[in-house]
Amino acid sequence: MIPLLFYLFAFVALLAAVLVIVKKNPVICALFLVLAMLCLAVIYLLLGAEFIAAIHIIIYAGAIMVLFLFVIMLLNLDKEPRATVKGRFYKMAAALLGVILLGVVAGAVGLLSIPERGVAVVAEVDNTKAIARLLFGRYLLPFEITSVILLVAIIGAVVLVKKKL
Amino acid sequence: MVPLTHALVLAAILFVIGAVGVFIRRNAIVVFMCIELMLNAVNLTFIVMAQKVHSLDGQVIVLFVMTVAAAEAVIGLGIILALYRNRRTLDVDEIDLLKW
Repeated sequence: MIPLLFYLFAFVALLAAVLVIVKKNPVICALFLVLAMLCLAVIYLLLGAEFIAAIHIIIYAGAIMVLFLFVIMLLNLDKEPRATVKGRFYKMAAALLGVILLGVVAGAVGLLSIPERGVAVVAEVDNTKAIARLLFGRYLLPFEITSVILLVAIIGAVVLVKKKL
Repeated sequence: MVPLTHALVLAAILFVIGAVGVFIRRNAIVVFMCIELMLNAVNLTFIVMAQKVHSLDGQVIVLFVMTVAAAEAVIGLGIILALYRNRRTLDVDEIDLLKW
């Protein structure tokens, strides 16, 4: 049952990703990207990461893609006549590079031999509590630095869209 | 359970689809969306690896990746807005002032 669900949502995610790079209208591309992210969130659930699945939907589909759609509709472009680069050469070169990259990455997957490390808790506590213990314990410094990153992003966004500094 | 190697291959294919999208699309916002697709593929890889070695460090890294991706989306879209305001186009083929 679970492998069947995984294959189903993996297929839908792949289809949505291909349609993101194929469709002309950027709003349609954004919506297909949201669909791909939702399918990925279900796959996270199947992998036992329920907190990450919820946070994925809230942050990515709920905040980042909404921001994308705001900007797309704010700029209000008329439909462009050409969506992809000019010339068949670049498309074929991109496809060839994609195949080579896929070979490299899939080969790396096949060559992996991961040693089993039974480090953190998985069984007794639920996912949220375990992640919270790690995030506020061992990874407290990266957590605080992330808050500084967000502050820098806010300041940068305000500075970038000001008309005169 | 979920076949982990197939999930890694899915992440690889999603990454490559995002990379090809960055190459061939001309709208700057769609290029940015393909970058987000690549980041999602990397997140999937981290979570599959977290399941494989029975450690939750991968999931904590995914939290940090998501936060940095949000910050990057904000700044990137601010850059795109400023670009549109100055050049009135979002076509990456026409923004070539830095070419030699």
